Amino acid sequence: MKKLYVYLSNYKKECILAPLFKMLEASFELVIPLVVSAIIDVGITNGDGNYIARMCLIMVMLGLFGLVSSVTAQYFAARAAAGFGTKVRHALFSHIQGFSFSEIDKMGTATLITRLTSDINQVQSGVNMVLRLFLRSPFIVLGAMVMAFTIDVKAALIFVVTIPLLSLVVFGVMAVSIPLYRKVQERLDRVLGITRENLTGARVIRAFHKEEEEKSRFEEGLENLTSMQTYVGKISAFLNPLTYVIINAATLVLLYTGAVQVNLGNLTQGEVVALVNYMSQILVELIKLANLIITITKAVACARRVSSVLEVESTMPTQPSLQSEEGGGIKEDQDIMVRFSHVGLTYQGAGAESLSDIDFSVRRGETVGIIGGTGSGKTSLVHLIPRFYDATRGEILIDGRNVKDYPLEELRQKVGIVMQKAVLFQGTIRENLCWGKANATEEELIKALETAQAKEVVDGKEGKLEAPVEQGGKNFSGGQRQRLTIARALVRKPEILILDDSASALDYATDARLRKAIREMEEAPTVFIVSQRTSSIQHADKIIVLDDGEIAAVGVHEQLLESCEVYREIYDSQYKKQ
Amino acid sequence: MKNKKSQLQTMKKVLTYIRSYRIFLVLSLIFAIVAVASTLYFPVLTGQVIDHILAPGQVDFAIIMDLLWKMGLLILVTALAQWLMNVCNNKITYEVVQDVRREAFAKIEILPLKFIDAHSHGELVSRVIADVDQFADGLLMGFSQLFTGVITILGTLLFMISINVRITLVVVLVTPVSLFVASFIARRTFSMFMLQSTTRGEQTALINEMIENQKVVQAFSKEKDVMEKFDEINGRLERASLRATFFSSLTNPGTRFVNSLVYTGVALVGAFLAMAGNGVLTVGQLSCFLSYANQYTKPFNEISGVVTELQNALACAERIFDLIMEEPQTPEPESAETLADVKGNVNLEHVYFSYSPDKKLIEDFNLDIKPGQRVAIVGPTGCGKTTIINLLMRFYDVDHGSIQVEGQDIRAVTRKSLRESYGMVLQETWLKAGSIRENLIMGKPDATDEEILAAAKASHAHSFIKRLPDGYDTVIGEEGGSLSVGQKQLLCIARVMLCLPPMLILDEATSSIDTRTEMKIQNAFAKMMEGRTSFIVAHRLSTIQEADIILVMKDGHILEQGNHEELLKQGGLYSELYNSQFAV
Repeated sequence: MKKLYVYLSNYKKECILAPLFKMLEASFELVIPLVVSAIIDVGITNGDGNYIARMCLIMVMLGLFGLVSSVTAQYFAARAAAGFGTKVRHALFSHIQGFSFSEIDKMGTATLITRLTSDINQVQSGVNMVLRLFLRSPFIVLGAMVMAFTIDVKAALIFVVTIPLLSLVVFGVMAVSIPLYRKVQERLDRVLGITRENLTGARVIRAFHKEEEEKSRFEEGLENLTSMQTYVGKISAFLNPLTYVIINAATLVLLYTGAVQVNLGNLTQGEVVALVNYMSQILVELIKLANLIITITKAVACARRVSSVLEVESTMPTQPSLQSEEGGGIKEDQDIMVRFSHVGLTYQGAGAESLSDIDFSVRRGETVGIIGGTGSGKTSLVHLIPRFYDATRGEILIDGRNVKDYPLEELRQKVGIVMQKAVLFQGTIRENLCWGKANATEEELIKALETAQAKEVVDGKEGKLEAPVEQGGKNFSGGQRQRLTIARALVRKPEILILDDSASALDYATDARLRKAIREMEEAPTVFIVSQRTSSIQHADKIIVLDDGEIAAVGVHEQLLESCEVYREIYDSQYKKQ
Repeated sequence: MKNKKSQLQTMKKVLTYIRSYRIFLVLSLIFAIVAVASTLYFPVLTGQVIDHILAPGQVDFAIIMDLLWKMGLLILVTALAQWLMNVCNNKITYEVVQDVRREAFAKIEILPLKFIDAHSHGELVSRVIADVDQFADGLLMGFSQLFTGVITILGTLLFMISINVRITLVVVLVTPVSLFVASFIARRTFSMFMLQSTTRGEQTALINEMIENQKVVQAFSKEKDVMEKFDEINGRLERASLRATFFSSLTNPGTRFVNSLVYTGVALVGAFLAMAGNGVLTVGQLSCFLSYANQYTKPFNEISGVVTELQNALACAERIFDLIMEEPQTPEPESAETLADVKGNVNLEHVYFSYSPDKKLIEDFNLDIKPGQRVAIVGPTGCGKTTIINLLMRFYDVDHGSIQVEGQDIRAVTRKSLRESYGMVLQETWLKAGSIRENLIMGKPDATDEEILAAAKASHAHSFIKRLPDGYDTVIGEEGGSLSVGQKQLLCIARVMLCLPPMLILDEATSSIDTRTEMKIQNAFAKMMEGRTSFIVAHRLSTIQEADIILVMKDGHILEQGNHEELLKQGGLYSELYNSQFAV
């Protein structure tokens, strides 16, 4: 929660002025019963029509002042709330941008998105409401008490007893129901979960004819939710009647005391009316407050969710640690582009290492094939190169320098990676390609497209490079997307190119043409090809065979066929002797 | 207007849901009337008390005490009525919500897959969750607010008229101004709210795109550019949001000012009347009037808010009812038989099918499959291989012709028995939130531990399951949570290996499993397929060669049909595909 206050501090002025003007308005409102009492005691009693008219004019003026200060207050409150929301959104988005892959994996994207959108919206309207109303209500309540003191001390003592009693009830009901509301939310989440599951899994559920079972599972969740809601509802239903009873009982006492005091000549009739008016002002405020409390409860819950994301520290610093300016690693053969030295990787929260003792080096311009079974660690291995994750053991050197000693941006500038999932962004083809290099020339783009075998994809679209790309690249087929993402990576002319199973949707012939074109590029990059197909990597200068997170063998195709059982099995599984 | 009409229809449907709780509705209305009436009566009594507190020596304690006792009783009655009204309203709201959700969910279970495939799941979920909530809050709470509001206004009017007609007139004449102010502001701010929500939508789209693909963003070090774009929208949102919030928040001060005018008017006229003496208006009655002036104007402000809320709620209700009223899949005929003793005879006779009438897909398709035969479906991605599966499992119904199992039209047998006869492993793995064990026994709830273990071992899932923190009892999150796609696929295979139905459908069942593990599973698969009619969709031609019948599909059409040798001889698409695999 504290994390969020910072973003309000830019709006200190607004945060002070808004409630201040609100209180000003409330003060005007508090004067009104006094005016009315004067009308009764002076105007009516003396039969002074002029006086009454003057007093009424004062009331209109008070109303007008109230209007002006209230509008001012609303403006400052709206400004603070809108500005605060914008700042928090910016901060959260930029914070999330700084997350490393580990944090993204751990938190999941769905929840990050709701926190950035609906949660912040809730907090924003919460701030707005608090600035406008939350101070006003207690102020009126206390103000009414103070005003009562100016009329009569004995009568005011009734207020002194009533107000703590009221606060006790209001805060008591709040304290009991807020945690219960959280439970309601949890149960609602479950109902939501089951619903979503039944939509995404409709085929499987029907194939296993689990419809009835699912219905009863849903029913159970639903009943849990309803019973909790009803329970909380019963408790919060007490709030209004209880406050009503307290305030009106106080009114009764007030009337009785008033009667006694008037009888003794200590009070006038008009003053009794004023006291009763103050009591009923408190009632009106409390009803407003009760509605406000629900908004605030929600806003607080959402604020917690937002700040819990802000509290997550990124484990990936963007700047290298200072002490190892000049390549902490061993300066060695200039020709070595990438070197893994006894690298191990344990994912956060995982029990065992996903990669262990990975040790190899690659020369500049070489092509490396990485092959292995499901979950053997192929993707993990290549993700270490642009430092998506930090190795938990050993070190990785690129160009003789530890990846941790590079500024993150410089490191990633060197590496072009094409991921398993081919993602394009909304915009045009050109915009997507320019992700690789912001100021790429037409020629560079065409060249990259040609190498990636994606020229025909672009030529086939109306508008060519300016052809629109829908969100997620929906208007392209899987194979087209893959080729475009490869082109995107090539545009920046990376020193290291990583193709992470990124030709899986291409047919064998296109795949082969692609690899040939990359080999023939000027300033040919060092290439890592991750694949399940032996055909994609068999011509590589070096093939790394991974098995369960460890290197089973390194070599060229023919060697491995001879010596590596794992490799042979993979090969045979694809080229079964007939 | 058609809009009005559909709103009316929606209202009618809402009423049918409330009907089962009409007792509570009636009770709620009664309590509301009691609560409002007694709340309104209270100031009258207060006024009477004040009229007996005139000046020193002129205080009639006997009457005052009597009145105070009455008031005490009135307070208790009011509080009780309020509480009971709340309880009734809660009861109605939550029960109706539950009923609507239950019905919506039941509908989801019997909706044709065509509908589910065509709609975004997130959107459907939000109908069942957010829309229902909004509808309940807005409609039911709105109703009760509207109702108490109207009663309060009418009641106040009655009480006021009974005390003094002239002052009542003042109140009645000024109050509509506040309504006018409220609606004036609401109309002006509507477009601002629209701007705010479209900007918000734009931002959400960007957030969605970028957060979902943050790994790509980071790989290209595009954080700064993305941030810039985000800030640009964020800035626009700030301005839109400030305007909308500020201008809409003017309603309250505006109407409050009108209220203060009403209040002053009452004070002015009332004071002069009271001054005139002759008992037209006592001071007590004036104080009573003043408190009415406060109460009377409040419902007006609320009602203007309630109307927009009601409209919003109706829009939500309509979206839910659209779902609930959606045409379900063809219901099973009464005479539906249970498909029993399935050996694996499947016949497709003159089958026509297409997803949309303007795009023909499968036309006059005939196929005769004998028990134990293996049917492979081949073709490039997106060629409609899964269409056949949709038809076999009766996820979709054929347009013409028929599909028969053991000579029985699949539309004449129960869906349960038909689907029970197939074991299905899909490319898109789906697991439910729950333990691994629960997921495995989906097809055979009474499986013993030994059977589960055997199935998991056969599918090579055992080795990774046993490494999970709680082994077979490890709870996996929604959609398989942290498991890799390959691992999920292994679980799906184990699931089918456990229940062993007479026919199999394998849709790219091993697409995410590496070829080496796949090889090992092949043996288990081969054993499973022995004697079972099976339909296999696969990418890898090597796994298809041994099929008895190969269907070659492209763009949803079936181009070729035959076994490996026949198709190679034909020199069509199949031979082209086959040769391309070994061309490199």
